[in-house]
Amino acid sequence: MDILANLTQGFAVALTPTTLMLAVGGCFLGTVIGSLPGLGPSNGVAILIPLAFSLGLDATQALVLMTAVYYGAMYGGRISSILLNIPGDEPALMTTLDGYPMARQGRAADALVLSGVASFVGAFLATIGLMLMAPLLARVAYLFGPAEYFALYLLAFCTLGGLTSRNQAKAVFAAALGLAIAMIGLDNQTGIPRLTFGAIHLMDGVDFLVAIVGLFAVAEVFIFIEGHGRGSAIGTSLGRLTIPVRDIVASFGAMLRATAIGFVAGILPGAGASLGSFLAYMGEKAMARHDKETFGTGNPRGVAAPEAGNNAAAGGALVPMLTLGVPGSGTTAVLLALLLTLDITPGPLLFDERPEVVWGLIAALLISNFVLLIMNVPMVRLFVRILSVPPWLLLPGITMISFSGIYSLSGSGFDLILMIIFGILGYVLRKLDVPTVPIILGILLGNNMEDSLRRAMVISDGDWTYLFSSGIAVGLWLAAIAGFVAPLFLRSLLKRPEKAAD
Amino acid sequence: MRGDRVFGLVVTLAALGYIVSAAQIRVGFLSDPVGSRTFPYMIGGVGLLCGLAMLLRPDPDPEWPGPPAVVRIAVTLVVLVAFAVTLRPVGFLLPAALASAILAWLIRPDLARAALAGVGLSLGLFAVLKYGLGLGLAPFGRVLTG
Repeated sequence: MDILANLTQGFAVALTPTTLMLAVGGCFLGTVIGSLPGLGPSNGVAILIPLAFSLGLDATQALVLMTAVYYGAMYGGRISSILLNIPGDEPALMTTLDGYPMARQGRAADALVLSGVASFVGAFLATIGLMLMAPLLARVAYLFGPAEYFALYLLAFCTLGGLTSRNQAKAVFAAALGLAIAMIGLDNQTGIPRLTFGAIHLMDGVDFLVAIVGLFAVAEVFIFIEGHGRGSAIGTSLGRLTIPVRDIVASFGAMLRATAIGFVAGILPGAGASLGSFLAYMGEKAMARHDKETFGTGNPRGVAAPEAGNNAAAGGALVPMLTLGVPGSGTTAVLLALLLTLDITPGPLLFDERPEVVWGLIAALLISNFVLLIMNVPMVRLFVRILSVPPWLLLPGITMISFSGIYSLSGSGFDLILMIIFGILGYVLRKLDVPTVPIILGILLGNNMEDSLRRAMVISDGDWTYLFSSGIAVGLWLAAIAGFVAPLFLRSLLKRPEKAAD
Repeated sequence: MRGDRVFGLVVTLAALGYIVSAAQIRVGFLSDPVGSRTFPYMIGGVGLLCGLAMLLRPDPDPEWPGPPAVVRIAVTLVVLVAFAVTLRPVGFLLPAALASAILAWLIRPDLARAALAGVGLSLGLFAVLKYGLGLGLAPFGRVLTG
């Protein structure tokens, strides 16, 4: 009953007034961020990290706040999917397929409540899964040496690139770009500056927060300005809020299946919530026998499955992030940046040395789920109203907050300029369909990946076959190759459906 | 097609440049078997392959912004750079007000709303960030206070 004892300790941490308040505040902010179109979980968490630092929080508190924002954003993403047919974030794309048609049939309130419950089921069960799985995986992680870690990092890049992009070359380029940026600065092993071109500002390397906020938030500003604003929820009426008991009961099985699929997709390094919701939706559609043709026209199960799937994936993605230091999705990559900045090294040691961080986080997530259920079902009207904040106020606001946050971290105009450069880069790359998450992953993991390679070679005295010397390493290499090559063949099968037409 | 070809060419050249720069990295006399240059070489090599792949098998072109959108993006870029450069010497309030107002106007060309966004966001965010969160922002910088 190790877990129960640990969990008790976790609740002791999570139930302090400050931590509880941060969890509730994080849930609220997260739901707002998730529901605003164009401001997804990775964006939102990235913008808020510098601000969280200025609050002077300790590690557990900062982590609780940010993961509450993360979970909240996953819940909130569905709101604009259903009401506006604009996904609040990428994983919520699948929810537009049946959510928006339901709203058009005058069942917007039903769709919101149903998807809120589905989110809860997915997120809650995934948090329990996290609680059971993470300690096990942490024990396995002790068997990992440098060769295994090198293969694991490779696996993360391969699955991320293979699964999320339509063009392997572009995904690999994105990863290489991130790794190339990570090399800038002092060499970890020898202390010699590399690729700094003599600039003192670059001696410490490129701060990953600058890159993240630039690639996500600033790039979003350019995309938005180009698009000249998008829809807003002004004038959307919800009607009476009732609990659609029949729909919830009818789609409960779908939620459970979607949770299982989403959780597994989340654990896969690099695959993430979008894949979770996608597979959950496609799986549910494939299983349907007598009502297959109603998917896409407002089938409640088509609303419940992707929401349970993406929220479960959000919990699953925390497993490899905490136990191995390899994020399972874009947002967990941003959370990893937060951990590194807090001087916490995720990995198996974290569970032994800082149990209060891990278990406090898990307890806070369990509490957050109930808070989010309340916010997203009875109080959902409030967020629908927030959705009607006009873009001409929202966008400059986000810009100013991002800039102030980064400025307050470093106090240097150089970092702000660097952030704008990353913003332009992110804009061009998104136009060209080059994924940006592998860049972030590369910047975050680049030095670790190189270190593990070099350490492996020191151990083996330069013998390259050492990289394939253990069963785990060979397995990871094979999985990496499969994760990269398989989508080439599956692409025609797994064609993403386009957004539902109005 | 053209977008990807140009981009592939840029990536190819950049990867070559990266490899050349990696060759300039000084190597200490006591080095591990891998050394400081190997990993950058590998990254440069992978980047080179990707660049060539994009050159040879380009995707269909994305929808590039038309001239009005390009102008708006250019104005945004100038505004952001100006904000970044003036934030320290001039302080938060004035640059933030101007930048917010111009961005708001770009999204919705309406002077009253833009002015409201500028004044409101600059004062409101300053209060929240400075007093709510304790960020180290100065209302007016050295240039204004002398």
